[in-house]
Amino acid sequence: MKQWWWKFLAVALVLTASIVALRTPLAPTLASASPTTLTAGRNAVEAIGYATRFTQGTPRVYLENGGEFIEAGRIEVKDDLHLTAHIHVPEGLREDMTDLIVATDNGQMRLFDAFYNPVKGTGAVEGTVAAPAPTERTGYAFPNRSLLYESIRNLNFHVPMWFTMILLQTVSLVFSILVLRKGRELHDRGAAQAVNVSLLFAFMGLITGSIWARATWGGWWTNDAKLNGAAVTVLIYLAYLVLRGSVSDPAKRARLAAIYNIFAYVLMQLFIMALPRMNDTLHPGSGGNPAFSQYDLDSSLRPVFYAAVLGWMGIGAWLLNLRYRMARIHLHHEQSSLR
Amino acid sequence: MRKEFLHLLKLEAALDLRQRAAWGGMLLYVASAVYVSHLVLKDALTSTAWNALFWIILLFAAFNALSRSFQREDQGRQLYLYTLAHPRNVVLARAAYNAITMAVLSALSLLFYALFLGSDPLSHANLAQFVMSVVLGGVGFASVLTLISAIAARAGNGIGLMAILGFPVILPMLLAVIRSGQLALQGAPWAETGLLFGAIGALDVVTVALAWLLFPYLWRD
Repeated sequence: MKQWWWKFLAVALVLTASIVALRTPLAPTLASASPTTLTAGRNAVEAIGYATRFTQGTPRVYLENGGEFIEAGRIEVKDDLHLTAHIHVPEGLREDMTDLIVATDNGQMRLFDAFYNPVKGTGAVEGTVAAPAPTERTGYAFPNRSLLYESIRNLNFHVPMWFTMILLQTVSLVFSILVLRKGRELHDRGAAQAVNVSLLFAFMGLITGSIWARATWGGWWTNDAKLNGAAVTVLIYLAYLVLRGSVSDPAKRARLAAIYNIFAYVLMQLFIMALPRMNDTLHPGSGGNPAFSQYDLDSSLRPVFYAAVLGWMGIGAWLLNLRYRMARIHLHHEQSSLR
Repeated sequence: MRKEFLHLLKLEAALDLRQRAAWGGMLLYVASAVYVSHLVLKDALTSTAWNALFWIILLFAAFNALSRSFQREDQGRQLYLYTLAHPRNVVLARAAYNAITMAVLSALSLLFYALFLGSDPLSHANLAQFVMSVVLGGVGFASVLTLISAIAARAGNGIGLMAILGFPVILPMLLAVIRSGQLALQGAPWAETGLLFGAIGALDVVTVALAWLLFPYLWRD
């Protein structure tokens, strides 16, 4: 019982993280605004929110252009997600693009570059106000980003799969080095089982990634540096299994498989490190895309993500532990039946 | 140590050049692949496709040429060789000889290829850079595939297993050389391609070092 604590912990972490990942609401944000061009004079602007509650309290609407703020006059709240603001836009706005800001009692939302400003000047000639005082949003919610929206929850499923896969492959590498140093067949079986379990996680990573790619990038598979890395990884370990399957002498099989595993692991790691520098990737954190840590300024996602990573790694270790023990029993039976 | 390496390299060359048919086979393979492409594709190639097709032909030529590398001698001869010389020297000599073979083969392939599929894409290219990518690419294929060919030969399963084992590990090298070739065809400055050449060279060094490290475990039974 005592040595099982980590299995309970892993299950608890995965369950908690998954439930929190699926149940946490998204932070309110502005999805879109129309029209998209503002001309000087009277404008009626419709703002469409996502997960917003415009009917609670009195939202105020501002425009920001080049550091100058303009406040809307009359505001009609249609429902929680729609409001129309009547704004008198002055002449002489400095920048091409104008941001839309909706300040509520519970936090401030900004739609960047919401409107195009066709006539540029040297600064608003009238009607500017001070910047609205920032208010903190209360309550626990995931960041709400354009393109990602609800799919940001997938971060807690997709990424832990790859982390767990890499962990298991590293365990397999250690087993393979042990095979070459000590020549014990059990280590070879351990390396093969680690590869089997890592492939399970690789396929789960591919499936969750594919669904996410469809939702955000519009294709099940895109030509992306990280995806090439994933494809190479899966191919390498499938080839490893084919190699083990095609040699019948156990000692020779152990050695050949170990050599291929070490060779392929090192090349694969180099590839995964070097490739995003050579080709652009759509993934966050490289190729000019912001990393998730930058998205996640209020750190609401971070604890859930870490819990999911640790939990899934624990599940992976548990699966490997079971399969390793099974392999040991199989090996024992094979060797005793030979005697 | 260095003397042994040079002796082994000479031995490789002598054994290999004795088998003229093998070289003829490799060249004929490239020539047939290029000629078939010429019949099917002439006039339909953009510069990108021209480059990609060249590397695909060269990739398969490399698999074809290097699969023989460790299947030339039978078990007994290999055992004899390893008792005379250190296995690490054997694998280094073989990798070096394979690199020379591939450098020559890729240069000849480029000649055939430009002859039959047109050299238009080369007209705007930085020719020195393109030839350098071709030769470095050939050497890179050789360095990655030497150990793979040894593993496949030991597994007693010829070119089929070699393709399965070799393809995923050679993919990084392939993508790097296709990219450097593409940049050379666009006439990119050396600063840009130089970085890729450096990466390809570093990859070569790592793969040869791994082969040197792992080979002594491979030959024993």
